[in-house]
Amino acid sequence: MEKIRVLIVDDEEEFVESAVKRLATRGLQAAGATSGMQALELSESQEFDVVILDVRMPHMDGIATLRELKKRHPLMEIIMLTGHGSVDSGIKGLQLGAYNYIMKPAKIDELIKQISLAFERKLIEQERIA
Amino acid sequence: MDTRDFHVLRMRMIFTTLCFALLPLLGVGITVYYQFSEAYWNKIEEAARTLVENRRDSLELFFRERIAQLVTLAHSGSLSHLKDEAYLANVFALMQSRSKSFIDIGIIDDKGNHVAYVGPYYEQLKSVNYSDTQWFHAVMSSGTYISDVFLGFRKMPHFIIAVTAAQGNRTWILRATINSDIIENIVRRGQVGKRGDAFLINKNNVLQTPSRFSGKILGKPDAPDFSNTVATTVERSEHRAKDLVFAVSPMVDPKWTLVIEEDPKEVLAPIFATRYLAALVIVSGVLIVVTGTIVTTRSMTNELIRVQREKAASEDVLMQSSKMAALGKMAAGVAHEINNPLQVISEKAGWMCDLLAKEDLKASPDFEEFEDCVKKIERQVERCRHITHRMLRFGRRMDPTHEVADVNHILQETLTFLENEAYHRDIELSVSYDRDLPPVTTDSSQVQQVLLNVIDNAIDAVGNGGKISLRTGSKTGTDGKVIFAEVSDNGPGIPKDVLKMIFDPLFTTKAVNHGTGLGLSISHSIMEKLGGGITVDSEVGRGTTFTIYLPLAAIMNP
Repeated sequence: MEKIRVLIVDDEEEFVESAVKRLATRGLQAAGATSGMQALELSESQEFDVVILDVRMPHMDGIATLRELKKRHPLMEIIMLTGHGSVDSGIKGLQLGAYNYIMKPAKIDELIKQISLAFERKLIEQERIA
Repeated sequence: MDTRDFHVLRMRMIFTTLCFALLPLLGVGITVYYQFSEAYWNKIEEAARTLVENRRDSLELFFRERIAQLVTLAHSGSLSHLKDEAYLANVFALMQSRSKSFIDIGIIDDKGNHVAYVGPYYEQLKSVNYSDTQWFHAVMSSGTYISDVFLGFRKMPHFIIAVTAAQGNRTWILRATINSDIIENIVRRGQVGKRGDAFLINKNNVLQTPSRFSGKILGKPDAPDFSNTVATTVERSEHRAKDLVFAVSPMVDPKWTLVIEEDPKEVLAPIFATRYLAALVIVSGVLIVVTGTIVTTRSMTNELIRVQREKAASEDVLMQSSKMAALGKMAAGVAHEINNPLQVISEKAGWMCDLLAKEDLKASPDFEEFEDCVKKIERQVERCRHITHRMLRFGRRMDPTHEVADVNHILQETLTFLENEAYHRDIELSVSYDRDLPPVTTDSSQVQQVLLNVIDNAIDAVGNGGKISLRTGSKTGTDGKVIFAEVSDNGPGIPKDVLKMIFDPLFTTKAVNHGTGLGLSISHSIMEKLGGGITVDSEVGRGTTFTIYLPLAAIMNP
């Protein structure tokens, strides 16, 4: 399988660290960022197909990061990760162009499944534009 | 509304009610008073005019009758007959039998000689010649003459009436002296009441009859000079320090003026009494209206105050709701807090599984990895435990308790609920604990609820990137030694007009659905019940500081 390039963005460093490693062992090319700003910087130096983006982060929250990523990389697919009891933030992300949202704690298999589906959509969109 | 607002409301209600009730009443009263007075004065004037004219007519009739009598007598016989004193005496006796008006009569010839006389002054008058007197010439030219009152040799006031008669080329005068008592009686009937007066004056303003209050006969009257009055008049005038009514009517012959003086107060005494009674009724009515208005308004506002107090008493229920609302808010926050570490736990556990599935444990270069993961899992688990235990402690303390508490610890624990919120909003929290803060006997959970409310408000006030400073300490004030916890923010501050209502129930500055306004009011109630208090110091542009304090000897109110 073509290696899907995934960026994990969450202020919980330990989660990012583990998730990157686990995705890597499953054949994905994963990187991590612990803030919205770091995610934007990384997205400029590397290309990512799918971003797993935490909604609630300090300084630049998930919604602001989503907006900026979609502006810079319209084809990038973003999956919102929310730990808050309310789904409002997830729904708002969908309205801003996110592919889907997942409630924390999400299992790795669920993450990979959503990443795959998002990647497929990205490919379809790429072909359509081409 | 506070007591001052109720006082203002009460004053406004009283003022408005009195205006609507009293203004028409006073209007009617004043209108009636002046209408009454006007009609009343018209009546007095009319009555006085009638009286003076009646008396004047009576006097003129008297004089006309006397003159008629004398003319008849003068023409009753020839001069030679009338010169006969016996004849004259008989005629005089006949006249006297009908009326005692005349004191004496005399016959005077055209030379002025007194040729016959009947009366008590025979010796004095028999030989008198009047040719040089003013009255002789007056009667000889006009035919009749009435003198003013004079004393003469008789040394008593009297006046004369003289008429002429003629036969052929001979003319004679019949002169009579009139008893002025009769005139005085007629005039006296014009005196009204005990303070009324009536008198006659001549053209020189000399009294022709005695006056009750204005002077003696033949003197100047102590009254305005009416001697030149040409027609009946009634006028009001202040005289002898009194408001008096003068009815004045001039006579034709003699040219005297009748003056009737009335004291309106006496004449109108019954009317004045009625007016005073009416005024008393109106004043009583006003007092009743005012008293009734004040009593009713006071009763209504007291009722409003009572209702407000009852409403405030139901704050206990609201306080409970507020607690539940706070708990609910906390539950949402806790859920988020728990989910994050759980995610980590999940990942780490998963990773461990992944590694374990691959190779032998101890010989594996990943053994340290395993060890590290396990430790991390343990830390996360401990973290969750702290959170849940905190929530349980809070929930368990719903009923008021009375325990020794460390306010530093309460504040510290409260901050753990809101630290995350502050962190995500980039709010800088700086805390300064007084290490020597003495413990205080109070209800920790209620103090925590108050601190939670105050710090939460501060977070809302400063917004993203703000600063909140917290400080504990103790000081000695008017209430003795107190311990305090201070929450200061660098938010926009609270305007003065809002500041004074900040602890009122249901007052809120937050938008709809963003606050019930219950927090500070209940916080205030809680602190008062705990024996302490909560104060606020704020200035627009400078930020706000809330201080909660508890006396060291804090005792919970029942």
